[in-house]
Amino acid sequence: MAFLDRTARSFLLTELIGGLGVTLRYMFKPKATINYPYEKGHLSPRFRGEHALRRYPNGEERCIACKLCEAVCPAEAITIEAEPRDDGSRRTTRYDIDMTKCIYCGLCEEACPVDAIVEGPNYEFATETREELMYDKDKLLANGDRWESVLARRLELDAPYR
Amino acid sequence: MTQFLFHSLAGLLILTVLECLAILVPLLMAVAYLVYGERKVLGAIQLRKGPNTVGPFGLFQTFADAIKMLTKETVIPSGANRALYLFAPFLTFVLAMIAWAVIPTNNGWAIADINVGVLYLFAVSSLGVYGILIAGWASNSKYAFMGGLRSAAQMVSYEVSLGLVIVSILLVVGSLNLNDIILAQRHVWFALPMLPMFVIFFISTLAETNRAPFDLPEGESELVAGFFVEYSSLAFGLFFLGEYMNMILMSAMTSILFLGGWLPPVGIAPFTWVPGPIWLILKIVFLLFMFIWVRATFPRYRYDQLMRLGWKVFLPCSLAWMVLTACFLMATGLLPGMQTHGVG
Repeated sequence: MAFLDRTARSFLLTELIGGLGVTLRYMFKPKATINYPYEKGHLSPRFRGEHALRRYPNGEERCIACKLCEAVCPAEAITIEAEPRDDGSRRTTRYDIDMTKCIYCGLCEEACPVDAIVEGPNYEFATETREELMYDKDKLLANGDRWESVLARRLELDAPYR
Repeated sequence: MTQFLFHSLAGLLILTVLECLAILVPLLMAVAYLVYGERKVLGAIQLRKGPNTVGPFGLFQTFADAIKMLTKETVIPSGANRALYLFAPFLTFVLAMIAWAVIPTNNGWAIADINVGVLYLFAVSSLGVYGILIAGWASNSKYAFMGGLRSAAQMVSYEVSLGLVIVSILLVVGSLNLNDIILAQRHVWFALPMLPMFVIFFISTLAETNRAPFDLPEGESELVAGFFVEYSSLAFGLFFLGEYMNMILMSAMTSILFLGGWLPPVGIAPFTWVPGPIWLILKIVFLLFMFIWVRATFPRYRYDQLMRLGWKVFLPCSLAWMVLTACFLMATGLLPGMQTHGVG
């Protein structure tokens, strides 16, 4: 009997027709795609995207050149040079991130005692040349100015969990 | 004017060229939209959107792709046999086109309404294997060669059962003329009394056109792209066009042999108002949808399974059905030629 059953099933293509039924049902389901350049998915406040150097509200840059980020960076993507400024405070004269080396682990952000270097929500920073991905201090500060409102909000949202 | 067109050699030539254009131009457009439709349907089944950016609903996507492809460089591998290498895509494309000469789009509307229509179709589609074999051999590449070998074995195996299915239809109709085969289905489409043969024929056409789940000649996971790995630009484009035109051709053949070609589903008023070509197109579109649907559903066959299915399942089944049909027709006296007025 089992043999008959099996034979009948295989000759009537029940499994195949069942499979076709599944795909047909899926055809009318709502699409999972979002229309990327026009629509974007939700990002967590912890999302680790393009780096930025932040400033205090009075415009003073936060970074105190402690070089903790440089030390912790597992990819050795960060290069910092520092000197005392005219007013005696310690500041960076050079702050470079090689974005082609960076592995976006977020350790620099975690190491920073003053929340100066952060990874922002921006992931659309593709460039046409490799050189453009060697970020210097100006570029990072400009990123900080551009994204500051979003960066502050993200830090605030994530603060309870840090 | 009609005197000139129908009764002089030049007129007949012009008329034939016009007829060819009337078939081929819509056919090429159909290929463009078949590719678009395939991407859309596959996308929908996989919960994606498919092309939707170039033109309204992505309708111009295929044309953008075609222009991109034509601006690429034609690369000829240094080890390739140049003449054969360039001849293969041309052959595939031409064979896919000339088969359309005998397809009737309405009662008696065919470029060549010949009495051996089925044989012609079968011969042309069998020749199709040469394009693939030559491409595989002339490329001088192991992947292309493996693809060509597989394709030859596969097409030969499935043509056997394809042929036997056609023989059982010929037994019923008693004519090799495609128009007569359609007219014999006035009362009932052959898909109903010969349902198992319809299924076998459809699956064999999948294998014959190298479509999933029988796309072993181009199985990308093992053979990169199979017989056309080395092709680029226009040469690749001709293969691509040929493959999709073959799909449409096979669908047309299936609809003529089993779904009544240009006949409406039932011969009563609202259905008979719709002109024949529309019915033929609707049936072809339905079958093409089946092609894509099957591709989206089933994983690729293993090579030994493919051969087993062809030789150990389809061949005995279609052979048995042929004998059965012959016995039935003899017993009931319906065999064409047994009466003074044949049923066909």
